[in-house]
Amino acid sequence: MNQNAQLLDVKKLRIEATVYPPGEEPQKLLVVDDVSFQLNKGQVLGLIGESGAGKSTIGLAALAYGRGGCRITGGEIWLSGRNILTAGAAHTRKIRGGQVAYVAQCAAAALNPAHRILEQVIEPAVEHGLMSRAEALIFASSLFEKLGLPDPASFGNRFPHQLSGGQLQRAMTAMALCGKPALIIFDEPTTSLDVTTQIDVLAAIRCAVRDTSTAALYITHDLAVVAQIADDIMVLRNGKTIEYGCTNSIINRPQQEYTQRLVNVRSIRKPECAGQKDEALRLQNISACYGNGVTVVDDVSVHVHRGQTLAIVGESGSGKSTLARTITGLLPRRSGNTVFFGDKLPPKLKDRTTEQLRRLQMIYQMADVAMNPRQTVGEIVGRPLEFYFGITGKERRARTAALLDQIELGQCYLERYPAELSGGQKQRVCIARALAAEPDLIICDEVTSALDPLMADGILKLLMDIQQRTGVSYLFITHDIGTVRAIADSIAVMHRGKVVRFGQRADVLSPPFDDYTDLLLSSVPEMRLGWLESVLSKRERKGHTDEPQH
Amino acid sequence: MLRHLSWTARVGLVGVVTLAFGAVFAPWLAPYEQTQIVGEFWEPMSRAFWLGTDQLGRDLFSRMLYGARNTFFVAGLATLLSFSLGVFLGFSAAVLRGSLDQALSRLNDLLMAIPTLIFALVVLSVLPITMITLILVMAILSSTRVFRLARALAVDISALDFVEAARLRGEKTLWIIFREILPNALAPLFAELGLRFSFAVLFLSSLSFLGLGIQPPEVDWGSIVKENKDGIVYGVPAAFLPAGAIAVLTISVNLVVDSILKHTSSLKGGRG
Repeated sequence: MNQNAQLLDVKKLRIEATVYPPGEEPQKLLVVDDVSFQLNKGQVLGLIGESGAGKSTIGLAALAYGRGGCRITGGEIWLSGRNILTAGAAHTRKIRGGQVAYVAQCAAAALNPAHRILEQVIEPAVEHGLMSRAEALIFASSLFEKLGLPDPASFGNRFPHQLSGGQLQRAMTAMALCGKPALIIFDEPTTSLDVTTQIDVLAAIRCAVRDTSTAALYITHDLAVVAQIADDIMVLRNGKTIEYGCTNSIINRPQQEYTQRLVNVRSIRKPECAGQKDEALRLQNISACYGNGVTVVDDVSVHVHRGQTLAIVGESGSGKSTLARTITGLLPRRSGNTVFFGDKLPPKLKDRTTEQLRRLQMIYQMADVAMNPRQTVGEIVGRPLEFYFGITGKERRARTAALLDQIELGQCYLERYPAELSGGQKQRVCIARALAAEPDLIICDEVTSALDPLMADGILKLLMDIQQRTGVSYLFITHDIGTVRAIADSIAVMHRGKVVRFGQRADVLSPPFDDYTDLLLSSVPEMRLGWLESVLSKRERKGHTDEPQH
Repeated sequence: MLRHLSWTARVGLVGVVTLAFGAVFAPWLAPYEQTQIVGEFWEPMSRAFWLGTDQLGRDLFSRMLYGARNTFFVAGLATLLSFSLGVFLGFSAAVLRGSLDQALSRLNDLLMAIPTLIFALVVLSVLPITMITLILVMAILSSTRVFRLARALAVDISALDFVEAARLRGEKTLWIIFREILPNALAPLFAELGLRFSFAVLFLSSLSFLGLGIQPPEVDWGSIVKENKDGIVYGVPAAFLPAGAIAVLTISVNLVVDSILKHTSSLKGGRG
């Protein structure tokens, strides 16, 4: 085989796991089924698919590692001309961290909080005897510089808790690069980051991979992101290859129906709302702070009309979730007024009447923890009916079943527990629970950000259907501009606790922009080739023209 | 059901069931009255006296059976009471927070700061020793440990979104405690229940050994050890039999609890 060009050759890979459903016989589950691909030196392959598609499992298999009871039961993985599955433990140990490196999704959890960054970054290189400690130290600070980390000489002396999310992810990339590996596996490296941070990390990864001519497997569920980085893309679903080809043909000429749906995700668009109806909720000069006295929400005034959707956008830490907590009364506001259909809501939750509570419902980001794992779907959805309307017995069951029909789940789900549902189904049940109260306003706190794009699309469509049927208003909190474009009537952009821009969707999303909104909007990955370069070069030009003014 | 149990759980189950059977049916199983003097003192094991006789010549097997009754009853009731008390107060403190939490937690710290056995000795030497005072004292003293565990668990659980959702719905505190938090805290609480029962058996036995527990003519395993401890010097094993029974009971209970714990945590895929 041609060793010069081909670095990694995966042939007919097959990975199995055994699952133990309670009360049933153990079952074998095929996690990865007959997957083959090749990777040349300096090439980047994007693995894409929804959760459970087996993409992380394939990534780890390239390290000859099967996690959580996964067994590699078939196929071959040739790395630099050697089958690593049969090479034995000693060889595997040698290649891990040396020839192949791994960058995990959550750098905050993957780095040891008790050690300084530098020690962790140089550890693989020194352990594998690839370079001396002194060499490694110099190389590490040159990597920090290349990855655009601040103050490269002393950066390594910091502890993980002193870094931001984007810096952690880049530090972890530096750790992977330090051993000068031939192959790096990036497992969703930007998924948990804000869009404005994501773009920096993407640029850093891309430049590092180019300059060191390292090959990479880039695992993600975001096709727009992978289109910026990868040379080839493989689309996976349920452990099987759906489509495999070069990035250009996947993005511009997808052959399979599933790939086409992935490419066209977020094509729903809500029609512009015609008439202005009466106001559902008006926030007047709301300020809020936590116990330590730091103001998190600062003088926010926004409003939403009946039957419409207000999207509150901002990155993490901008105070948007805190704003939701002040509206619900979980965190009493410090000053300002909350006017809900004409009457003022008391700041504290316990001063509000049951009727006020009923009319204002909330849907959470993490559907798994938003439902009591020890209650059935029927109990979860039926409880608001009983609590607010006193409906019990047969009628309650019938009404609950009707609600489940509304969210496109059948009656058969009544007796299920949350653990027996998929992520999208869980979020649907949470929506049904909110609907059961027949509310006038639903606060949706990042309801789609924990879901795969296709599932998220389904949830958004459902929410819009419900709005048309029932005339409910939404307060939609999100960091995802794509979602906002799809469903919002009016938009409020939040930055450091303040609303920097508020108005109708068309006004907010069209220029002239303020600096922050411009940054936020231009950082959203677009589903086209060369987007990253065009944004970066535009910013660089802008930076150059800005400089002389200082 | 039995098929799923591991061999350790089966061993534990056999131990617990045997001892409980003896306790429940003591009057029918015992060959002699518990206070009846039927032979010489410290007679060896024989066909007439299966486990020999004690220091006064009473049948040791009969006394062990009656002793099991008291041990099970007092330790069991004290454990249940301590759990009801500790769990309810712990959950309330965690859900309501604020001054109630402070008051309960500091009071709890105060009680825990005094060594349990010494505290019990002082209280029991002042109060008349009846079955009821004994159970109450044991329950209150061991509820401090349960309170801590329950509060810690509930603080964790009440930070989760589904408890917040219940609060937003306007649910009462009691609903939140019993319907939202308790079902999710059962597994660790159950593990603690087994452990606490073992400790209650040991605690009762220590009290009886020191003469402040079950009073004659009533009998429990601790008091049998006490009565027969002098026999050890003469090579009489009478004191070891109840001591062994205590050990077998505590170990068996824990084996059973462990296996139930494994089952409940896999059940419904809930929190382990």
